[in-house]
Amino acid sequence: MEDKKVSLKIDGKVYECDAGMTILEACAKAAIDIPTLCYLKDINQEAACSICLVEVKGAKTLLRSCVTSIKEGMEIFTNTERVRNARRLNLELLLAGHPKDCLVCDRNQSCELRKLAFDMGIREVRFPKTTKTELPLDATSVSLSRDPNKCILCGRCVSVCSAIQSVKAIDFSGRGKSSKVTTFFDSGLANSVCVNCGQCLLVCPTGAIIEKNAIEEVWHALSDPKKFVVVEVAPAVRAAIGEEFGMPAGSLVTAKLAQGLRKLGFAKVFDTQFSADLTIMEEGYELIQRIKNKGILPMITSCSPGWIKFAEHFFPGILGNISSCKSPQQMFGAVAKTYYAEKYNIDPRNIIVVSIMPCTAKKFEASRPEMQSAFDYWKNKMALKEDEAFRDVDYVLTTREASRLIKEAGINFINLPGEDFDEPLGISTGAAVIFGATGGVMEAAVRTAYEVLTGRQLEKLDFMNLRGLNGIKVADIDIDGLNLKVAVANSLSNARVLLEEIEEGRSPYAFIEIMTCPGGCLGGAGQPIPTNNEIRLKRMEAIYREDKNKPLRKSHENPAVQALYKEFLGQPLGEKSHHLLHTYYKKREGVL
Amino acid sequence: MYTKVILVKDTDLKREDKTREFYTRLLDYLREASLHEQIQVVRVADIGVYDQGLVVKVLPDKVTYINVQDTDVKKIVDAILSEGKVIEDLVFKPKAKQHRIVLRNCGKIDPESIDDYIASGGYLALKKVLGELGQLKLIDEIKLSGIRGRGGAGYPTWMKWNFAREMNSAEKFVICNADEGDPGAYMDRSVLEGDPHSVIEGLIIAAFAIGASKGYFYIRAEYPLAVERIEKAIKQAYDYGLLGSGILGSSFNLDIDIRLGAGAFVCGEETALISSIEGKRGTPHPRPPYPSVKGLWGKPTVINNVETLANIPVIIAKGGKWFAQIGTQTSKGTKVFAVTGKVKNSGLVEIAMGATLREIVMDICGGTLSGKPIKAVQTGGPSGGVIPEELLDTPVDYENLQKLGSIMGSGGMIVMDDDDCMVDIPKFYLGFCVEESCGKCAPCRIGGFQMLGYLKKISEGRGIPEDLGQLRRIAQAMQKASLCGLGQTASNPVLSTLKYFEDEYNEHILNKRCPAGKCSSLITYTIIEDKCKRCGICFNNCPVKAISGSKEEGYSIAQDKCIKCGQCFDVCKFKAINKK
Repeated sequence: MEDKKVSLKIDGKVYECDAGMTILEACAKAAIDIPTLCYLKDINQEAACSICLVEVKGAKTLLRSCVTSIKEGMEIFTNTERVRNARRLNLELLLAGHPKDCLVCDRNQSCELRKLAFDMGIREVRFPKTTKTELPLDATSVSLSRDPNKCILCGRCVSVCSAIQSVKAIDFSGRGKSSKVTTFFDSGLANSVCVNCGQCLLVCPTGAIIEKNAIEEVWHALSDPKKFVVVEVAPAVRAAIGEEFGMPAGSLVTAKLAQGLRKLGFAKVFDTQFSADLTIMEEGYELIQRIKNKGILPMITSCSPGWIKFAEHFFPGILGNISSCKSPQQMFGAVAKTYYAEKYNIDPRNIIVVSIMPCTAKKFEASRPEMQSAFDYWKNKMALKEDEAFRDVDYVLTTREASRLIKEAGINFINLPGEDFDEPLGISTGAAVIFGATGGVMEAAVRTAYEVLTGRQLEKLDFMNLRGLNGIKVADIDIDGLNLKVAVANSLSNARVLLEEIEEGRSPYAFIEIMTCPGGCLGGAGQPIPTNNEIRLKRMEAIYREDKNKPLRKSHENPAVQALYKEFLGQPLGEKSHHLLHTYYKKREGVL
Repeated sequence: MYTKVILVKDTDLKREDKTREFYTRLLDYLREASLHEQIQVVRVADIGVYDQGLVVKVLPDKVTYINVQDTDVKKIVDAILSEGKVIEDLVFKPKAKQHRIVLRNCGKIDPESIDDYIASGGYLALKKVLGELGQLKLIDEIKLSGIRGRGGAGYPTWMKWNFAREMNSAEKFVICNADEGDPGAYMDRSVLEGDPHSVIEGLIIAAFAIGASKGYFYIRAEYPLAVERIEKAIKQAYDYGLLGSGILGSSFNLDIDIRLGAGAFVCGEETALISSIEGKRGTPHPRPPYPSVKGLWGKPTVINNVETLANIPVIIAKGGKWFAQIGTQTSKGTKVFAVTGKVKNSGLVEIAMGATLREIVMDICGGTLSGKPIKAVQTGGPSGGVIPEELLDTPVDYENLQKLGSIMGSGGMIVMDDDDCMVDIPKFYLGFCVEESCGKCAPCRIGGFQMLGYLKKISEGRGIPEDLGQLRRIAQAMQKASLCGLGQTASNPVLSTLKYFEDEYNEHILNKRCPAGKCSSLITYTIIEDKCKRCGICFNNCPVKAISGSKEEGYSIAQDKCIKCGQCFDVCKFKAINKK
């Protein structure tokens, strides 16, 4: 079937294409890029927008190239007057209902609708406005904001939420002119099963879904002389933020980023990778303990906040399987406002922790009420009142927001020579870098667990079968005769498969890594737009390149982490760790 | 015991009902002749003939006398007793014959009795299919008959069946599409309510043809009686071994269930219907893959309309060749129309394909009720187009109607006279489609809404000549770019009226005038002083107090207050209100 060829004509020229291709794919082979709007390969093929029309000889109507398969002898015309007129008119109709506030729109630079209108030569919308009343915004979520007025009902967000994430927080309601994408009973994202992963935002062609912006708050903190503002940067950010400045996907800009952030005025430029190494110490020991004490297995990683909320909604029965470790972002905040504050004698109330994340769910995570361990730590020591409570992480910026800060400050990012992160919370190993890619946490954990358990040095550090974009990856890892069966899932629909195995008592694994977003954090919803598999692979390649170039590649070798244990925490899973670095999960109500 | 029944009905609506008088006279006569125990007289509500004075129908002879006078009593009774003699000058000879295949049993058998259906030859076709024909010969027979889908699009039924038959799948489904939703159409409803077993038999045969073991009736919930009758009929069929496992002793198994549609028009579109049965939002999906390849739950599925299925048993019983003799070259058999609108005799009409629209509207339905000339006929409901009077001699078949810019549709037919405005009519239909658009694809969702905006603008006298161009542009894009049939055809009423009645649009746009007097914004009511008798009835009836004056001074209408409701015009006995 696969290698069967079909002969067809595109705009008068004969082509041989693989059977089973769509017209859109066949045309791409013929170097014709048919414009699309709702189409998203393998995810959204609902044929809603009617932009990708082509003329096919013998067909009554114009056909949607995104869903029509090619046939032997087909004659396709992609650029006739009829095709152009119909495409333009449909686009014009869509524009008639779309707000024209492009100049101040969040998606100004990345809006597919705006680009399409320009490319297709729409210079005037001849139809009256289709909407008389403005639909209310859904601003309930701390991570995301939805503007139904900008929605063109392409259905990408709905498809991603259901097909890729199996969350189904949003769907269509109403019909005809009153169709809209909404949450259950219109109650808003915050009151739904939404896990804040933001994959909907990432695929939205317009500005209908955007992150909740914290730029102003960060500027405000930076200009407050009383505040000691530190920043932590997640691993995946350095492999992507260059794209925001016009650099090709896969550009690694670690040093430029550190320098750029310092120029913005942060007192210290730290690295979430430091706390990623710390996470490995805690999580690795937790795994070893669970195995030794016959605790609940498989143990599942807890770094990805979208996945945590997913579990709390859909799999409350397996919350005990999830590692109690906080995510690196939160461990950083807790350590910065306790250990660092103590060590450098800074009033923790004056420390502002800003994190730069490839993620929208991190905004939600930082706002969870239990995420104020530093305050709890200081409460008695400093006799603090409840109303003085502060969060471990104050502000979370996405990669995109961070780039806007840099742009606004007039920093010529591309031409920065580059600087290092600050010590001590900016020191990290290669094991921490790979947290940004699916399979990375697992690989990092295995590197440490092996050496801790065997006391010997691991010869081969690269676990190739844990890498790559496959939805579920499994491996048998031999640690001195102990066979550790592990699995890695990226995207929640894949996670669901592994979780159902656990629920049904037939999971063969001891350790599972789950990342909410396809590809892991490098494909998170805070990352530059567009993010697609091609780009994900390039960012992934950059991340493993960074790992390779690091002098230290195992978390337990991180000297700053070693110092932290020596000077402050004592030992992994110790008393202080328990209070500062570990957390708990709670069952959340579902949709009804 | 009664051996004859005389049905009596006064069909002249314009005078007082004369039935009672005649009825008494007839009864008296029968009693005197001691025939009252042999001949029963029944006054009925509808006798099937209209506007023909006093009408008498004799059963079981099926002789109908029209324009009967009181003095004809003896003549009629004598004729009845003579066995065979008819009174030539009274007997009713219909001008155009209806041809009843689909409606063959409607009104004749008890729809709730399977025995009645069997007695009229029912389920013999199924027996023949299971016993003699087998799948291939069955499909050959259907192919020979030339029957095409009666849901509107006219796809050859045998091809649909054959595609599904050829699919290699352990599970296949058949669905009866009974989601009739066109405004003013009730063909399917009548068949479901009047002859449910014929549809069930058709569905069983279809299931056998493709090798399905599960079938569904998708009926709109607004048809409670149809649902009840189908439910009952399915149960009876199970009891008689016509459904379930080992049907009629064969190895063929079939279970049938009912699914109720929630009233969305788009769920009549087959891919949307499938989604609806699957419990999803009823929105269409791109075809191909067609349901016969990938349908319900991803399995090969055949979806046939009620009327198509009701035809199947007859085709099998009498042969495809017999069926193919009826109709035209491309369109075989009969078609049921629900004729409504400004017609004298509205109702269901079943004609052989090829009968002209004029025959249906004038000969069978008796022309307009008002006596005004017919202006146009709309076929195909909101998906169809308007056909002007001068084209009424077109023989009805799929191709002809399409050539005229309309479609066969499922069988709605609305007759319009001079009082119908050709901007208002498409506005109504488009409004329906905009309301019923699922909202999935942009051309239908936004295009329909925009077009409706232009029509409203024109009907309110705010139109400009460029609007017609905009209407045409959107209409064409909708036809070519909409995802499903609803959007592709929603612009037909607009395009066809633009084609045949552009002058009327221009009257609205250029002269701000609605010739039919329908578009309220363009009408002015004034009082003609010469004719006004100052009775004050208009003054008393105006709901917004736009009429001022007194019996002494006379009355006048304040145009800024008038809401053009037409109350004053209707109540004035002296025709002193001018409507312009």
